[in-house]
Amino acid sequence: MQTIEEILAQHDFFRDMDPVYLKLLAGCGMNVRFDPGDYLFREGEPANTFFLIRHGQVAIELYDPRRGQLPIDTAGENEVLGWSWLYPPYKWHFSARAVSLTRAIAMDGKCLRDKCDADHDLGYDLMRRFALIIIDRLQATRLQVLDVYG
Amino acid sequence: MTQQMTLYTEERAVFGPEGLDQLITTLADRGFRVIGPTVRDGAVVYDDIAAAADLPAGWADEQTNGRYRLTQRGDKALFGYTHSAQSWKRYLHPPEARLWAARRLNGAFALLPETHEPQPLAFIGVRACELAAIAVQDRVFLGSGVVDPTYAAHRQGLFIVAVNCGQAGGTCFCASLNTGPRATSGFDLALTEIAHKDEHYFVVEVGSARGAEVLAATAHRPATDDEALAPERITARTAARMGRSLDTGGLKELLYDNLEHPRWEQVAQRCLACANCTMVCPTCFCATIEDTTDLTGSRAERWRKWDSCFTMDFSYIHGGSVRFSARARYRQWLVHKLATWVDQFGTFGCVGCGRCITWCPVGIDLTEEARAIRETSGRMQKKEVVNDAND
Amino acid sequence: MVDQLFAPTITTAPAEPMLPEVFRIQRVVKESYDTFTLELEPDRGNRAFPFEPGQFNMLYVFGVGEIPISISGDPLHPETLIHTTRAVGTVTKAMGALKPGDVIGVRGPFGTEWPVRAAKGYDVVFVAGGIGLAPLRPALYHILAHREKYGRIVLLYGCRSPEDILFRRELEKWRARFDLEIYVTVDYASPRWHSNVGVVTKLIPKAPFDPLNTIALVCGPEVMMRFTAIELAKRGVRPDDIYISMERNMKCAIGFCGHCQLGPVFICKDGPVFTYRQMQGWLAQWEI
Repeated sequence: MQTIEEILAQHDFFRDMDPVYLKLLAGCGMNVRFDPGDYLFREGEPANTFFLIRHGQVAIELYDPRRGQLPIDTAGENEVLGWSWLYPPYKWHFSARAVSLTRAIAMDGKCLRDKCDADHDLGYDLMRRFALIIIDRLQATRLQVLDVYG
Repeated sequence: MTQQMTLYTEERAVFGPEGLDQLITTLADRGFRVIGPTVRDGAVVYDDIAAAADLPAGWADEQTNGRYRLTQRGDKALFGYTHSAQSWKRYLHPPEARLWAARRLNGAFALLPETHEPQPLAFIGVRACELAAIAVQDRVFLGSGVVDPTYAAHRQGLFIVAVNCGQAGGTCFCASLNTGPRATSGFDLALTEIAHKDEHYFVVEVGSARGAEVLAATAHRPATDDEALAPERITARTAARMGRSLDTGGLKELLYDNLEHPRWEQVAQRCLACANCTMVCPTCFCATIEDTTDLTGSRAERWRKWDSCFTMDFSYIHGGSVRFSARARYRQWLVHKLATWVDQFGTFGCVGCGRCITWCPVGIDLTEEARAIRETSGRMQKKEVVNDAND
Repeated sequence: MVDQLFAPTITTAPAEPMLPEVFRIQRVVKESYDTFTLELEPDRGNRAFPFEPGQFNMLYVFGVGEIPISISGDPLHPETLIHTTRAVGTVTKAMGALKPGDVIGVRGPFGTEWPVRAAKGYDVVFVAGGIGLAPLRPALYHILAHREKYGRIVLLYGCRSPEDILFRRELEKWRARFDLEIYVTVDYASPRWHSNVGVVTKLIPKAPFDPLNTIALVCGPEVMMRFTAIELAKRGVRPDDIYISMERNMKCAIGFCGHCQLGPVFICKDGPVFTYRQMQGWLAQWEI
């Protein structure tokens, strides 16, 4: 059976991270599993988790009373999910629903923030990884909004 | 006048079945449209009656989840049944009512309002839960700011002959909601029936000056001390034999706290969203407004018709329906009946009559649903946390 | 325990709340490809139609149907009743085909109002999304007519594209004033658009108002109002000081038909204007 540390080491998000840091961060993580239809988190709820998807597919949704749950993005194997734990008010802005059986590592947000505060080098490393993901997502979203197929 | 009323409201009277017959005639003679229970198509319905002979003598009913049968009692009791699919609301809040008509005139249109002069109604055989239901609808249509002219017109001058329940129905739970089985107020006359092999009479309580006056026109005698205790004695026995019960302690807060309880999904898998419960419920009041026109397009009408929160269209706003799933629609009905109604009108919407349990084709019992949620309150959708050995 | 309240004797016949009054269309203005404004006056006599900003009427097209539409005119000029709406359904499309001189039925006004009086002394931020500018316009008229009683006034207006901007000339006139800030943004722009692009919530962090002394009036699609309230709250505006206008299916507008219920409130009589605090818990519920 793999340890959390080993699983983190294999995930794209933590590629080439110093093993010392991985060991430190592993303490913030735990294995979670979601069945199809389960919600990982719901809009408006307190946000305190960062997810690394190991297997499966998650739909990121926004609720509109007229149209129901609208999927606006998806996250799958080797991707990450959840930013609202980074800054106050620590509330989820969207909902996330497992489309298929999903296995993930759930990392406690406060634990991560505390460790970054205690070790700024670790914090810098982690923030760089986040920034890259967010930039990629922003660029992809801009392209999506362009509605190029019209 | 007050002194006379007090005298009448304290003293109870007695008459036999012929007294009831005379009472019906007196009311008809005074211009009332007399509505009472009668047997038709294997059920007890509330319809126009002319005499005591129209009443369901010797009939009882067996009721449980999704089941209703009339049975023979073996005696001559006139009120030995419990209730049936219909409630009195179809007379006070008619299933269909025209609100106005209009016709095109000189480049505009002229409105022709309804005159609202229905024949005054007299109800014979209103049970305590049904009195409570009328009171609940009074609050909706008369006591919430705007007055509904249709309801007011039918409610005006309504003469109520209540009847205390000598038997509890299989799905009854009025005792849990304090709405019965004893009628305590809101009636003009209240009857308690005693029907044995050798005797058949009614103990009569007076509830209003009008009731006293109508009783005075009916042959009766004062009740003996023993007879006068019948209403309390009989209804106490009935209260102990309720078919169902509902724990109302903190019920509103319980439901507000459990809007995402997994039980809603479970009941949704059984519920057909057929709307039977809302049709038979004596307090459900939702309606739709239909604007129509004739083929020439020169005459229009606006009608109000019973509607149900269980329909897909009910919550439609352009784009889609807010309550799309059956789960959301069942939840809306139950949470309205037992929770939001309290915030809206100050009472529960439910009076414990049990009709929704009896007439649900799949036998859903709201007391059971409320109990299940109470027992497992706080449960959210499961989110399993496992240490997976599998990779 | 059901308190058996029984009807007191009804001595006078109650008014007919479902009966419309006949109004005549004076003018039809095409605001955009699917949005139009009707200017109405009573068919009989010279009567004013007093209303509070935020209220709505039920408008009836003869033989077709009746729908709720917010009043979008100036409460200080109630001689003319003004409504702006999108033609999206049977009734609104029939309404969009009406011409000056045609008649229409009006019932109202109904509902709760924008807190234009309670906002005196405060900064006022209007956040409008799409057609949401129409129900806010009466509040804007009122506040501009009493300008000296308020602090800073800011209007943030977002719509789908430049072609969807409502009341364009009026906005340009207001923008020319020195005592009012207007920022407009669109989701989809063309090369000729030289102003903001992006969702309206983006305008909130830098808008010039004092969050601790602000009343916010928000109107638009529910998703937009939800996210707007979050952004306003992030800047420090209290949930009691954020007002939103809710919408649900309405048939009677007087609390009898049951259609407009959202949890314990009837949108027609307890709303449509609510504070964000009142609705916060219920907005988070799905399919409620």
